[in-house]
Amino acid sequence: MTGRRPLRRTGAEGRRWLAFTALLCLLVVVAMSAVALGTITMPFSTIAAAIFQFDGSRGHLLVTTIRLPRVIAALLAGSALAVSGAIMQAVTNNPLASPGLLGINAGAAFAVVCLMTVFGSSTGDIYIWFALLGAAAAAIVVYALGSLGTTGQSPLGLVLAGAIVATFLTSLTTAVLIFDQSTLDAVRLWTAGSVTGRTMAQARTVAPYILTGLVAALFLGRNLTALSLGADASRSLGQNPVVWRGVSIAIIILLAGGAVALAGPIGFVGLVVPHIVRMSVGIDYRWVIPFSALGGALLVVTADIAGRLVFGSQSFPVGVTIALVGAPFFLYLARTRLKAEA
Amino acid sequence: MAVDKEFPVKIAGKGVDIDYGPRRIVEKLDLEIPERRFTALIGPNGSGKSTILRTFAALMKPSGGSILLDGRDVMELSTRDVARKVGVLLQGPVAPEGLTVADLVRLGRYPHRSIFGRWSPEDQDACDEALMLTGLADLSDRALDSLSGGQRQRAWIAMTLAQQGEAILLDEPTTYLDLEHQIELMNLITRLVAKHGKTVVAVLHDINQAARYAEHIVMLKDGRITAAGGPETVISSETIADVFKVKTIVIRDPVAGTPLCIPL
Repeated sequence: MTGRRPLRRTGAEGRRWLAFTALLCLLVVVAMSAVALGTITMPFSTIAAAIFQFDGSRGHLLVTTIRLPRVIAALLAGSALAVSGAIMQAVTNNPLASPGLLGINAGAAFAVVCLMTVFGSSTGDIYIWFALLGAAAAAIVVYALGSLGTTGQSPLGLVLAGAIVATFLTSLTTAVLIFDQSTLDAVRLWTAGSVTGRTMAQARTVAPYILTGLVAALFLGRNLTALSLGADASRSLGQNPVVWRGVSIAIIILLAGGAVALAGPIGFVGLVVPHIVRMSVGIDYRWVIPFSALGGALLVVTADIAGRLVFGSQSFPVGVTIALVGAPFFLYLARTRLKAEA
Repeated sequence: MAVDKEFPVKIAGKGVDIDYGPRRIVEKLDLEIPERRFTALIGPNGSGKSTILRTFAALMKPSGGSILLDGRDVMELSTRDVARKVGVLLQGPVAPEGLTVADLVRLGRYPHRSIFGRWSPEDQDACDEALMLTGLADLSDRALDSLSGGQRQRAWIAMTLAQQGEAILLDEPTTYLDLEHQIELMNLITRLVAKHGKTVVAVLHDINQAARYAEHIVMLKDGRITAAGGPETVISSETIADVFKVKTIVIRDPVAGTPLCIPL
């Protein structure tokens, strides 16, 4: 018995705080660089001046109306997607789950496409509300369907219901788009997942939902770890799995619904970031959640910079960059880890 | 089916009916689990052992009758209250990939903590003790999926020990373990009962294992109790022929002196 105090919070806990702080600093630097870099490079002094002493000059306008909203949208969407992905994976006990499995992306896309088909593409920011509502409605239908049946609610039922609803809604969306060329043109960029041309007003509209979701998710940590043991073990530990699964899904709707409304269905973040986080900090969701929030934000902001610089286009969709860069990176990680375990 | 009066009743089922969908698995079951004893539930596949264990652990609602835990109806207790009194380990529990032994054992403190409650010295002591009792102190930082079957099973038992309930219910804890780890686990259970005053109920497949280690045996057939009591009274060639439909002779175990059944 060498470890007299085997669970004492010392080394591991301290290292995690250190890593968290380092990641936070890195995120701040990257986010500021994202505002600074572009066709015209902005010195940090100009950025600070534009935020705190706005004088209406062209440079200041560029910062406050184009660059800053874009970075804020990327931060919000990235953290929301990663955290909702982490929660989704714990709730369904399925490492491959992502918020899209709840039908959130399909619901949002369907609602936005319907709106544009009926009222035309110049509906302004109303589409954000439609995306949020569509996401929430789809997720609630999936949750209700997944709770039916004799055995009550099971993770598998939820995943199946999600796959069915998402496929159904996607088919409907595709059908509408085939017959309506103008809507297709308007939503094409949105459906790839993009933070181009986001406004402060749009960010402000979804920020309350995402921030509420993030704060709630931080308090969910320990309950998620218990929930991820499965319904029986969770109940035997005194947890009501049905209640906590419901709470978790409400938080997912806030987060992923907000993210998809703001930036469209950016794939991959919700799947990959929680994985990388669990590989590095372990499975304890009290840590997985905050690390996922930072990691997701960092990934989306970085990918957006990369898209702008490498592909040389201001409107290159960040969703595509993440898939292009993320897929090989994830494969590399999975391979090296498999080798390490072999 | 009177229980040895020396030991008060820890968990009692009174007229318990259990249904699985339209099918009645158990009808009017009266079963008493003696305190600070090792009780084994044995019976053929489909005899309702696991279902009864789940119901006694309040993971399933009986359709009729009541389960009394320390004399109180479990339906009146919250899930959390039950979890503070009873630890449960079902068959084939699955932990998320990468969960460490320490993480798992910490979860055993779940029923003792409020949403915003901080990790207390009592929580720490309970976890340390659970790891010590199961001999896992040196493995606490290891991921569960990197352990052997026997170590993993002990880690789950450590989680139930960290709950600090007086009763522990185990569903086929030795299935899929090799002989060495089966014996190790049985010795752990015996120690928990004898030295730490735990009440243990385990569903066991191996009649001889039950006869050797358990102090109280409940033999089940089609959701009914056919015999209950000490190994000597329960294990006989008649009861085994009746319940398991196997012809055996029962001799005395030359090592432990308990009944040993040998199929003919």
